This record gives sequence, structure tokens and C-alpha cells, in this order.
Amino acid sequence: MNQPASAYFIEERHDPNETHTLSVLVQNEPGVLARVIGLFSGRGYNIESLTVSETESQKHLSRITIVTTGTPMVIEQIKHQLDRMIPVYRVVDMTLTRRSIERELAMVKVRGQGEHRVEALRLADAFRARVIDATTESFVFEITGNTDKINQYIDLMRPLGLVEVSRTGVAAIGRGPEGM
Amino acid sequence: MSDKSHDPNQMTGAAMIVRALIDHGVTDIFGYPGGAVLPIYDEIFQQSEVQHILVRHEQGAGHAAEGYARSTGKPGVALVTSGPGATNMVTPLTDALMDSIPLVCISGQVPTHLIGNDAFQECDTVGITRPCTKHNWLVRDVNDLAKVLHEAFYVATSGRPGPVLVDVPKDVQFATGTYHPPRKSDVHRSYAPRVKGDATQIRKAVALLANAKRPVIYSGGGVINSGPEATRLLRELVEVTGFPITSTLMGLGAYPASGKNWLGMLGMHGTYEANMTMHDCDVMLCVGARFDDRITGRVDAFSPGSKKIHIDIDPSSINKNIRVDVPIIGDCGNILGDILQVFKAEAKKPDIKAWWQQIAQWRARNSLYYRKSNDVILPQHAIQSLFEATRGKDTYITTEVGQHQMWAAQFFGFEEPHRWMTSGGLGTMGYGLPAAVGVQVAHPDSLVIDIAGDASVQMTMQEMSTAVQYELPIKIFILNNQYMGMVRQWQQLLHGNRLSHSYSEALPDFVKLAEAYGGVGIQVHKPGDLDGAIQEMISVKRPVLFDCRVAALENCFPMIPSGKAHNEMLLPEQANDEATAKAFAGGKALV
Ligand SMILES: Cc1ncc(C[n+]2csc(CCOP(=O)(O)OP(=O)(O)O)c2C)c(N)n1
Ligand SMILES: [Mg+2]
Repeated sequence: MNQPASAYFIEERHDPNETHTLSVLVQNEPGVLARVIGLFSGRGYNIESLTVSETESQKHLSRITIVTTGTPMVIEQIKHQLDRMIPVYRVVDMTLTRRSIERELAMVKVRGQGEHRVEALRLADAFRARVIDATTESFVFEITGNTDKINQYIDLMRPLGLVEVSRTGVAAIGRGPEGM
Repeated sequence: MSDKSHDPNQMTGAAMIVRALIDHGVTDIFGYPGGAVLPIYDEIFQQSEVQHILVRHEQGAGHAAEGYARSTGKPGVALVTSGPGATNMVTPLTDALMDSIPLVCISGQVPTHLIGNDAFQECDTVGITRPCTKHNWLVRDVNDLAKVLHEAFYVATSGRPGPVLVDVPKDVQFATGTYHPPRKSDVHRSYAPRVKGDATQIRKAVALLANAKRPVIYSGGGVINSGPEATRLLRELVEVTGFPITSTLMGLGAYPASGKNWLGMLGMHGTYEANMTMHDCDVMLCVGARFDDRITGRVDAFSPGSKKIHIDIDPSSINKNIRVDVPIIGDCGNILGDILQVFKAEAKKPDIKAWWQQIAQWRARNSLYYRKSNDVILPQHAIQSLFEATRGKDTYITTEVGQHQMWAAQFFGFEEPHRWMTSGGLGTMGYGLPAAVGVQVAHPDSLVIDIAGDASVQMTMQEMSTAVQYELPIKIFILNNQYMGMVRQWQQLLHGNRLSHSYSEALPDFVKLAEAYGGVGIQVHKPGDLDGAIQEMISVKRPVLFDCRVAALENCFPMIPSGKAHNEMLLPEQANDEATAKAFAGGKALV
């Protein structure tokens, strides 16, 4: 390999990327989300999806769900880097547990008339999407499901007059009786 | 409830800060005043338990606190004002983060009601310092202050040490609240660094060590950070196993340079024997080091045939750059103790005579060779002379960054930990002079020398004034090659000898400069005058700028060229133009 003149060793890594969903339990204090996001941007990690909300207000705990991609070594790094932050209690790789449920909620606005409207309603029914707002020329659907299902639904709405989408990002939880 | 005015724990935020420093055993802090910290300065004025050292630039306060910390094992403390005071701390905080130095920085902030208004000297200090601290806090309520300060000290000094910052708005400094002494519950429940190593992993490690044919121990700054017990145990492990040992720049002194198993430093400018031993070993025990890129060279060719054991308190150091076989997470002192215990109970000293013979052949290459001269002082020779002149003395060395730093690491032998303060991870020019100030404050009667470069030393030169003010007799030993030597070396080797902006034009007269500050200036040109001049420097009990004029174009070898493996080092005797051109061949793309 021809190495350009540099003070650093320039190497390309060719390990394939994987997508992992991480659940991160944190102390809900000012700046905690900035820390997590700053870690990702500062170290060049990817964020595909990020959701956060307080889950136990008594204990001031928030749960952050992050979907990220990277080589296995990078994913391992991400988990360790998150885990060593002071306000982080636990990091669980939901993808590795193979026992997690992932859901996202999307609100999908579709504008159209006649046959398109009917078709949109029919598909909504098939996807168990609910109508949460309607006018004579539009609907807002609420749909919950995993990311693939939502992507698929949005693709189907596109020719029927898709206006815009708002998505929550992925939330994940483990199956069975145990907590994380 | 009793009358609050008689409660000794009722006090202002500013008073709490001084009180917390005292409760944490802090005797010296480094700082610079300004509007947002005046209440704290007012408290400092009215007491005598904490000595405040006034620096000349906040960066100096940070590096001085680092030098203080590294030479004592205690946390260093810096106090700075809001805005520019805080932004000037960014370099030392980053430096301390990279080198795992416990630092507590207290910064003033504009009053809480002005935060976010672009007030005078406001900046988002916690935002700016978030990526360069282990943790930081903005305290908005005086009743949280005691808890946060205690937690700050704990976080800075426990686990993998590092810098922390507590940002205190001025109104919080004025406000009165309740102080409490340090207690366990002051710490985040989510923060619990692991100390003890996993027993199964320790057994696996011992099994590897006991059966090694070509072992090496590679130790780092973590051993020194862990404390004197880790150093003692590391030495005992070397004794018990008979293994060769090398160390990173940060780890120098944990094993004595005069020890018979010592290979010298490893890495880009490490010795041939250290790097070859690393490359060809079959079992590597890495203790408190992190396989960074100056150590490994090309990662896919790094020690290809070895089983690797990695002891580190920070799980994120494991498998970051190099995949290891037996990771052990915990405090290296603790784990070394366990390894030794199991080893002594169950294993015998492996027979590695053949390996030592091989190492002897590598040693015989004499990779630190340089040509001495009667006309001009070689920088390597200057360091050796300095080392000889200080042997047996109670000496602390700091450095700046560049060739002189590498020569110091190569030619100055360290027998004890905490004696060598250098900016390793960040490579901060300007570190050494203020660090020497900090070291001298901690060790007033010791000999403290900053081995400096002509370019680096100008970055924080103003701290000479601090040294003069506090009668700190630091010695600034400048290897003056009139170049940014390390930059010039890279330009010669990698950029077609186009010496773009690496010549130290318009250098000050260092002797006059020393005198202008009220210190002592010494200049030496001739090899024959060197020893006498060094003696003079040592005997002067005042700050000295020592202008050691050295060969201008000397380069630092051995060296692992970029993109090469440990066994492809360029040795000094090979470093003629042709071999150098070949070793660094690979196109002109400038990255
Ligand atoms: C703050 C900072 N800026 C730039 C650099 C890049 N740099 C590394 S070594 C060096 C030259 C140092 O020159 P000098 O202090 O004279 O030391 P020498 O290499 O000549 O011994 C430079 C500019 C750095 N390490 N730190
Ligand atoms: Mg120089």
C-alpha cells in the first residue's frame, strides 16, 4: 500500500458495518443528552435514531435509545465510551440480547381526493394506522411499529399524496419479566 | 431548628469553595482573578491555609496544576474567571484528559440570570469544556455546591483520573447556603469504577505468562497513576518472572532505567530492542497503557504473533486499537498484586534464556548512537551531561514538545515514578515551563528542570515571572537548535526538505530575557563549556534560562517511519539520504 507522507499511519479498515440498538439508562440532569450526542459527534460515530425521555421521574432516570451503525470494534467502543460517562447507569446492547422489541411511532400526513383517499384509508387499515386528524382533503395517520414497517407504510403513502412525516425514533425494551 | 446565623456550616458559596479545598487537603492552587471570581479571591485573601499562586496566563495555571498533580499523585487545582479565563483553560484540560491527570478547575461564571444573554465575559464554559473534561458541572444553587465540589474531587482522582471543571456563577458565590464535609453520598450512583480484576481472567493471564517463551511487559502511565504500590508490584513482577520490560513515554520511571530488564522506551522514537521485542514476542503483558498510534505503528503489523494481556481501569481502552486476548479491567496495582500471587503460587520462572540472547543482539545495534563532536554540542550529549550532573540528586524533569522531548525520554534515565512530567497524548508545546512551576511549588527544595525547545518555551515564557515572584528556582534547559526541530525533521523526511515556517527566526536573546524577568541567563556554545555551565545552573538558587546552543540540523532517531511496522525502524547509522528516502518512500500526497 502506498502510504502518503504523513505523521499518522493512514489505514483503511474494511470490517463490515452492523446496526445495533442501544438502551442507555442515565441520570436526568442538565446536559446529559448533550454529553451523549457530543460523544457521538466528537468520536465520529453514527446516530441513525435517538429517542430520550424521563422514564422514572422519582429517581430522575431517563432512558435513551440509540440506533447506531459501525464495525463490531466501533460498536464495542461506543458502548464502553457511553458506559464510562459519569451520569450513565447502564448500557445494554438490545441487538445482542436478541430478545428485544423495537417500536417507533410516526405521524403521516397525506393529502388527496377521490380514489387516493379511499386507497390511503384501506392501507391504513391494513397497517393498523389510525386516523388522528382529517379534513375533506387530508388525513393524519398515526402508525406504530418497527422501523421497517413504518418505512414501508410511508413508501406506500408517497403516490397517494404524502405531505410530511414526523417520527419519534426507535424505543426498545427487552422481552420477558426482567428489567434492563 | 437552631438559629442559622450560628450554624458554622452556613456560609457563602465563595467560602464553601475555599472550605472544600481545605477539606480535600489542598494546600496550593494556581489561578488568575477576574470579575466572575472576585468573591472567591476575597475569601482566599482572608485565610492562610490555601496558598494561591498567581500565574501570568490561565493556560499556565492549568499546566502548573498538572505538574503539581503528576509529581505528587494529588489532584492539581486551578481557579479561573469566566469567558477568556475559562477558554484559556481548554488546552490544559484537554492535555490532562489525554494523559489522565487529576485536575480540578473552578471557573467563575456570570450571574445565573445573565446566563444565555451574551453577558460581558460570558461563554458556555460547560459546553466548551464538556469534551475536554472527565465531567463538568454548572452549579445554579448554592446548596448544591458542596456536594458538587466533593464529587468533583472524587471523580478527578478515582478510576481513570482526569480533569473536571466546576462552573460557579457569581451570584452563587455570593449566596449563603449550607455546607457539608465530604461524604459518600456526594457521588453519582452511576459512577463506580471497577478496581478488582476478574479472577478467571487473572488465571488465564498467569497461564500465558508462565508458558511464555518470548514475553514482554509493556507498561504505561496507568501504573504511575495507580500509585506507589503498583510501581512496587510491577518491579516485583519483573523480578519474579525475569521478563524484559519496556514502557511508553508516560510510563517512564515505573521501572528503573538502570534495571537490568529495562529495554528503554518503545514506539515511534523508542529503542530498537524495545520495538523488536514487542514485534517478535509471543506473550505481551500491557499494564496501564493504551496501544496508541505512536506506540503501535501500523496496527495490522503490530506484534503479529503474540497473545496479548491488557490491564486497564478504563474498559474503553480495551480493544480500541488492538484486539487483545485477555483483557482485565480494574486498577493495575490491584491486578498486578493478584497476578503475582497466583504466579508465585502456581508457576515457575520460565526459561527465556534464548529470548534474552536475541534481545542482546538487538541491543548491540546501539540504536541510540549519535556522533559526538568537539566543536558543536549534540543535543543528545547535552541531555546525557545534564543527566550525569543530576544523578543522585532529588530531580524532577518536565519537557516541552519536540525533538528535545524525545531525546530527554531516550537519554535521561528515570529511576522513580512521578519524576517525569511531559505532555504525551496532546503534545502541548508550552507545557513544560508552567508544569515546572507547579512541580517546584510542590517540591520547593528539589531540583526541577524543564528540558525545553527554543520554539516551545516561547509559548508560555511569561511564567518565568511567576517563578521569580514566588522564588521558584526552576531551571529551563533550552536545547536551542533554532528550529522547530521536530517539524523540520518531518519536512526533511516527508516533504522534500521544504522547510516551510519551521525556522526559529528572530529568537530572543534568552540571557537578556532571563535577566529582564529577574532570573539568571546562561548561554553555552562549546561542548567543553557544557559541564561547567550545567553545574553553575544547578548551583544557582534562582530561576534560570539556560540557552544551550546545539547542532541545528540533528534529527531524532531511531524512528518508525509512518505506515511501517516495529521491525522496520530506521536506525541512526542508516539514516543517510538514500535509506531515508527509501524508508519514507510512498508518494508525495501531503496529508
Ligand atoms: C501548541 C502546539 N503547536 C504546534 C505543535 C506542533 N509541533 C510539534 S513539535 C514542534 C516544534 C517544536 O520546536 P522546539 O520547541 O524548538 O523543539 P525541537 O523540536 O526543536 O526540539 C511543533 C511546532 C505542538 N506540538 N503544540
Ligand atoms: Mg528547536
